Amino acid sequence: MTEIQSLEKRFQDRIDAEERIEPRDWMPEKYRKTLIRQISQHAHSEVVGMLPEGNWITRAPNLRRKLGLIAKVQDEAGHGLYLYSACETLGISRDEVLDQLHTGKAKYSSIFNYPTLTWADIGAIGWLVDGAAILNQVPLCRCSYGPYARAMVRVCKEESFHQRQGYEIMLTLANGTPEQKEMAQDAINRWWWPSLMMFGPNDSESTHSAQSMAWRIKRFSNDELRQRMVDMIKPQTDILGLTLPDPEIKWNEERGAHDFGEIDWDEFWSVVKGDGPCNKERLAARVKAHEEGQWVRDAALAYAEKQEVRKASDGKTKVA
Amino acid sequence: MGEIISLKRESLLKYVLQLADNALILGQRLAELCGHGPILEQDIAITNISLDLIGEARILYQYAAEIEGNGKTEDDYPYKRDVRDWQNILLVELPNGHFGYTIMRQFMFDCYHYYHLKAMTNSGDERLAQIAAKTIKEATYHLKYSSEWVIRLGDGTQESHDKMQEALNDRIRFFDEAFIPSKIENDKSLNGVAVDCTKIKASAWAKFTEVCQTANLEIPEVKFPQKGGKDGVHTEHFGFILAELQFVQKSYPDSNW
Amino acid sequence: MQNWPLFEIFLRSKNGLSHKHVGSLHAADADMAITNARDVYTRRKEGVSIWVVESKHITASNPEESESMFDPAEDKVYRHPTFYVLPDELEQM
Repeated sequence: MTEIQSLEKRFQDRIDAEERIEPRDWMPEKYRKTLIRQISQHAHSEVVGMLPEGNWITRAPNLRRKLGLIAKVQDEAGHGLYLYSACETLGISRDEVLDQLHTGKAKYSSIFNYPTLTWADIGAIGWLVDGAAILNQVPLCRCSYGPYARAMVRVCKEESFHQRQGYEIMLTLANGTPEQKEMAQDAINRWWWPSLMMFGPNDSESTHSAQSMAWRIKRFSNDELRQRMVDMIKPQTDILGLTLPDPEIKWNEERGAHDFGEIDWDEFWSVVKGDGPCNKERLAARVKAHEEGQWVRDAALAYAEKQEVRKASDGKTKVA
Repeated sequence: MGEIISLKRESLLKYVLQLADNALILGQRLAELCGHGPILEQDIAITNISLDLIGEARILYQYAAEIEGNGKTEDDYPYKRDVRDWQNILLVELPNGHFGYTIMRQFMFDCYHYYHLKAMTNSGDERLAQIAAKTIKEATYHLKYSSEWVIRLGDGTQESHDKMQEALNDRIRFFDEAFIPSKIENDKSLNGVAVDCTKIKASAWAKFTEVCQTANLEIPEVKFPQKGGKDGVHTEHFGFILAELQFVQKSYPDSNW
Repeated sequence: MQNWPLFEIFLRSKNGLSHKHVGSLHAADADMAITNARDVYTRRKEGVSIWVVESKHITASNPEESESMFDPAEDKVYRHPTFYVLPDELEQM
């Protein structure tokens, strides 16, 4: 065995023993790169995800909803921040990963490339999109990379109110006027399929899955998680008295799970590749915020440096 | 006697709404920034202030609804009144502009808000005194936050200094409205209840001047302070704020959300 | 221009407990790191006291030396109370 092979073997043994890997531990370069890609994509998703919901904050229909929505979107900023920090432990700065986002090199969850049209979309996103996110994220709390796992523990703890908030909005609409009920149904119709797409391509098409499973970055396959999503959401939809836009959904006694229809994979890949309804707007909004913030960040740093110098020269005069 | 009591109630209601309107409109403006801040850390900081202010507005609107006692709720005031019924000062409705404008507007408001709440903790109206005691903790933090940022940007780079000076020059004429009493604030029936805003002016201005000096900013002379907001005469921006704020409720009146 | 430096954030969740590392964030200076930490990490009343340290000032032990650093403590059982045999009739000590 070469030295690198023996290091790799020891690394895999540690992973298999469910030990956590910490920043300064030896790790295969591919493990590091995979994590950087996944954690930064995850962080970008949180931050870009602020936009579709954020644009409803000023229009929230009452003060209670407004406060809840601001707090939720703010949490997403926090989650982005925790995840960027986890990424930095792998030796890449926040500016570098932001640059990848802004130049279109990095991806983020495609779901945020769909537009929010009515207030019911805020309910549907909280319920379906956060519901899907939670299914994806809970297993990540046991991810083999310590800083990522710890960030996810925090994220999951905070996120628990998001799905409830979304469902409560849907429930209120479902029990409201006929117009409100229709609004809720329309939102489900538009968000259901994109939510299922959040779990990624079918297992047979998923390129990174096997290695990520071996490294315990990922614990369940895309299709397993998607199945859980359908099984979780179907009964919740029934309680709302609304329906999912998939005539093929039905309980399969034998499998003990719901059968469901096929995702439109053409749409999936088109949105991933940048041709979704809002890809350009979302990216442009992030780039604009970053560029317009440049002078603010520069000024704060310049001020901090001046203060350092002032403190140092104060110190000197005192000593003298 | 009954008439006097109801007159006083009417005045108290208007006064409470004036306080609530200030907090809500500034909270709404800051919320627009959510997702668009200069760096994630500040995005979170600004939305925290927004949440504090909207929370304050909510408690005050709830109090207003209790004063009226006719089944109105906290949402009737923000969602069902038209421009002329709003009494917030003009400063809080001004657009966010660049971050320097946002910070300058915040700092001006905080200078007023902090000293106003401080005085209000002694209000003869027990409920207002309680609300002030609770919210002054938040306002204390806001004032610290905005002061630090005014200094940081004023004394940062040449570019940031120029931007802050620009914001100060443009916005200073909106600062004094907070200290010019409206009819309601002068209402005799609210003696000892409403804060005498002329009396907090000196402290607010002292703080304002001190921070601007530290930030190397020059306070221009104000020849003609802008006012009118407290009497419902707003800027042209205001109708657009309401258009957004009230859009859903106006489109689907009397629904639960 | 360069990035704001990274700070490590430690929170005391309540008096009587020690500060615990909760994560990191960026700030232009230590004062700003405190206010940022307040806004980012104590939104749900997670803390009553904040420490911040610029990440570059932390010196860490080398994980490659873990075996020599930490394994030798493993067999020093005599440092633990259960190592010492006491008569059964002694109920507490």
